[in-house]
Amino acid sequence: MGDMNEFSLPIKLFLKTYRWRRIDPVPWTPLSKPLSECRLGLVSTAGLTLEGQKPCSKEIKGGDPCYREIPWDADANRLVENHRSESWDHRGVEQDPNIAFPLDRMRELLEQGRVGSLAERYMSFMGSVTAPGRLVRDIVPGAVQNFVNQGVEVALLVPV
Amino acid sequence: MSLIAAELERHGISTVVVQLLRLVAEKVRPPRALLVPFRHGYPLDTPNDPAKQMAVIEAALSLLEDPSLEPPALVDYRPDAPQE
Repeated sequence: MGDMNEFSLPIKLFLKTYRWRRIDPVPWTPLSKPLSECRLGLVSTAGLTLEGQKPCSKEIKGGDPCYREIPWDADANRLVENHRSESWDHRGVEQDPNIAFPLDRMRELLEQGRVGSLAERYMSFMGSVTAPGRLVRDIVPGAVQNFVNQGVEVALLVPV
Repeated sequence: MSLIAAELERHGISTVVVQLLRLVAEKVRPPRALLVPFRHGYPLDTPNDPAKQMAVIEAALSLLEDPSLEPPALVDYRPDAPQE
C-alpha cells in the first residue's frame, strides 16, 4: 500500500482530517459480456496533456476540475506532465508517462485480444482537486456522457 | 477519481480504480479498487517496465471479471500471487 509516511506532516494531517466525499450507496455495474468484447476507456489524474494542448490551471484555488482528451493512438513519449501537486515524486511520470497514463499498455491489451476495442479519446484530469463541488457539478456529467457517446463499456482509472 | 468512477457506474460503465492509499479508498468507497503498494507518482509500479505495468493493469481488470465481489470491492494487489 502507498504509505502515508511518504508525505510531509502537513499533507498527512490534511489527508487524515479532510472531509472526503463518501459514495453511498455505492453504484455497481457488473460486466454484461466478456471483457474481450468490451470497449475500454482510460481516465487518469496525472495532469498529462499533449504537446501544444492547454494544460489545466495550477492556480485555481481548490484545483482545476478540467480534463483534456488524449487520443488512443497518441505517442506516450510526447505527453507533457503538468500536475500542480508537489507532494509526489514526478520523476517516474517524466521518465515514462505510461506509469500513470498507460497508452502503450492499452494498445497491447487490444493487440492481445484482452479487450474488444478502445475508446477513441481518453480523459486526462488534473488531480489534487480539494474542492470537488465544481468537478461533480460541472465537469463529471459531461465527461461521463463523453464515454457513453463513445460506447465505452469498461473504464480503468489511474491516479498518480 | 473515485467520484468519476461512481458516476460512470451509474451510467452503466463498469470501472476499476487503481488506488494508492487504503485510507482514502475506505473513506470514499469507489465501486472497485485495486490497492497497490507503490509510492505516489508510481501507480503502475516501475517506469519503462511494461511487464510490471501490465501485471498491475491485468490485476485491476480481473476485478471486473470476478462475480464474487460486492461493492465497494477494495482488493489488495499481490504481485507474487499465482495467476489463475
